[in-house]
Amino acid sequence: MIELSNVTRSFGSNHVLRGINLTVEKGQSLVVIGGSGSGKSVLIKTILGLVEIDSGTITVDGVDVSRAPRDAFLARFGMLFQGGALFDSLPVWQNVAFRLLRGSLKRPRDEAREIAIEKLRRVGLGPEVADRYPAELSGGMQKRVSLARAIAAEPEIIFFDEPTTGLDPIMSGVINDLIREIVTEMGATAITITHDMSSVRAIADTIAMLYAGKIRWHGPVAQMDTSGDPYLDQFIHGRAEGPIPAIR
Amino acid sequence: MMRLLAAIGATVLAALAAIGRIAIFTAQALSHLFRPPYYPREFAVALLQIGYFSLPVVGLTAIFTGGALALQIYAGGARFSAEAVVPQIVAIGMVRELGPVLVGLMIAARVTSSIAAEIATMKVTEQIDALVTLSTHPMKYLTLPRILAATLAVPVLVGVGDIIGIMGGYLVGTERLGFNAAAYLTNTVDFLEARDIISSLVKGAAFGFIAALMGCYFGMNSSRGAMGVGRATKSSVVAAAVLILAANFILTEAFFTL
Repeated sequence: MIELSNVTRSFGSNHVLRGINLTVEKGQSLVVIGGSGSGKSVLIKTILGLVEIDSGTITVDGVDVSRAPRDAFLARFGMLFQGGALFDSLPVWQNVAFRLLRGSLKRPRDEAREIAIEKLRRVGLGPEVADRYPAELSGGMQKRVSLARAIAAEPEIIFFDEPTTGLDPIMSGVINDLIREIVTEMGATAITITHDMSSVRAIADTIAMLYAGKIRWHGPVAQMDTSGDPYLDQFIHGRAEGPIPAIR
Repeated sequence: MMRLLAAIGATVLAALAAIGRIAIFTAQALSHLFRPPYYPREFAVALLQIGYFSLPVVGLTAIFTGGALALQIYAGGARFSAEAVVPQIVAIGMVRELGPVLVGLMIAARVTSSIAAEIATMKVTEQIDALVTLSTHPMKYLTLPRILAATLAVPVLVGVGDIIGIMGGYLVGTERLGFNAAAYLTNTVDFLEARDIISSLVKGAAFGFIAALMGCYFGMNSSRGAMGVGRATKSSVVAAAVLILAANFILTEAFFTL
């Protein structure tokens, strides 16, 4: 279980997180929605320790993340970055098997390659992609390679940062379905950040809406359309008029 | 007057803060020398990129500089009938000063810029964050192998540059200025001391360290966007070049006047 209590984080005078309280149960798929610049990416980066918090506590299974042994802690996570964040200098299979080629999860090279090819197959990419470089792939393929990398070491917790940004609707659907299938199949806890409402409906068990540095609404996806919260309503229907100013 | 003093004070404080940040970065990078895991493949790749692939540019710079130096010394020496000192001055000039400094500056141009641009791009595209989430420390994986490779490879490049520079002087001296080939080489070898060669190699190691350190530091601290990458690259080359010239002065003082 991931638990955030009164988490704050500011960048100079910009108070991005102003007291976040949020719980994600084990095996649950939470989708965080919110406007651009509302601090969604910062939120998941604080859990991973990529961004330090100013105050509050973040625990994973009751252990404070700031005190957890770093390598063992990070070995439990997988993350799909918004732009893929694939390493340009490495071929696709080495990107996917990055964690399996070094560190505490190191495997023999042949075995790591086999696992990488299997993970690529899992995300719908053939073995012929394995020896290509990220720059030789389309945006959708890069996202799928990044997804394969995120699941390569079979993590307990997976974060997806804007998994469908920049993709066409069909490819977005493919990625959404893959994420849902993988999360269900692996029994992993997932936090996804997205603006894409079709992703929200495809991926989420629960939804948290971030607004003005706080969790504005948190509940099951089934209650999203009947929440009665004007901020959530405006966001999910994409209306310019409402309590959220269009020009921020 | 107060405004001027305040501006000077702010500049000095900013400079001191930058020195502090670089010192902390250096200490952090070097601390990973004693803390496994190590990444030998990254080190080997860096050694190849910094050492082997810099050979052509170092060789060309050295041969033209050695040749020009021979012509200048001959022309200058002719003013007081000292044309015969060309082999000795080319040797001492290349080994003590021009070899290490020119190689250092060429490495700053070629390697520092490349390291800074690569790491800054990795930062902008979240590849550094991805490394962390994959349980890989960026200082161990990116910084230490490059600093170590440059510190070991640049002295070798300086040695090669010294030899090629002297050969440039030799070619001009024997083919253009009429020196006897055997006498030219004998004068060169006889005139050089062990201290000259050691100082040249030590300077190479120091300049390699500075060049890679500045590339890594500015890359890791790059701001967002294409402008951030451009600024990091430019700043790294300027800082590396200035620090190399300053280190050259300090090392020359240490080797030859103390």
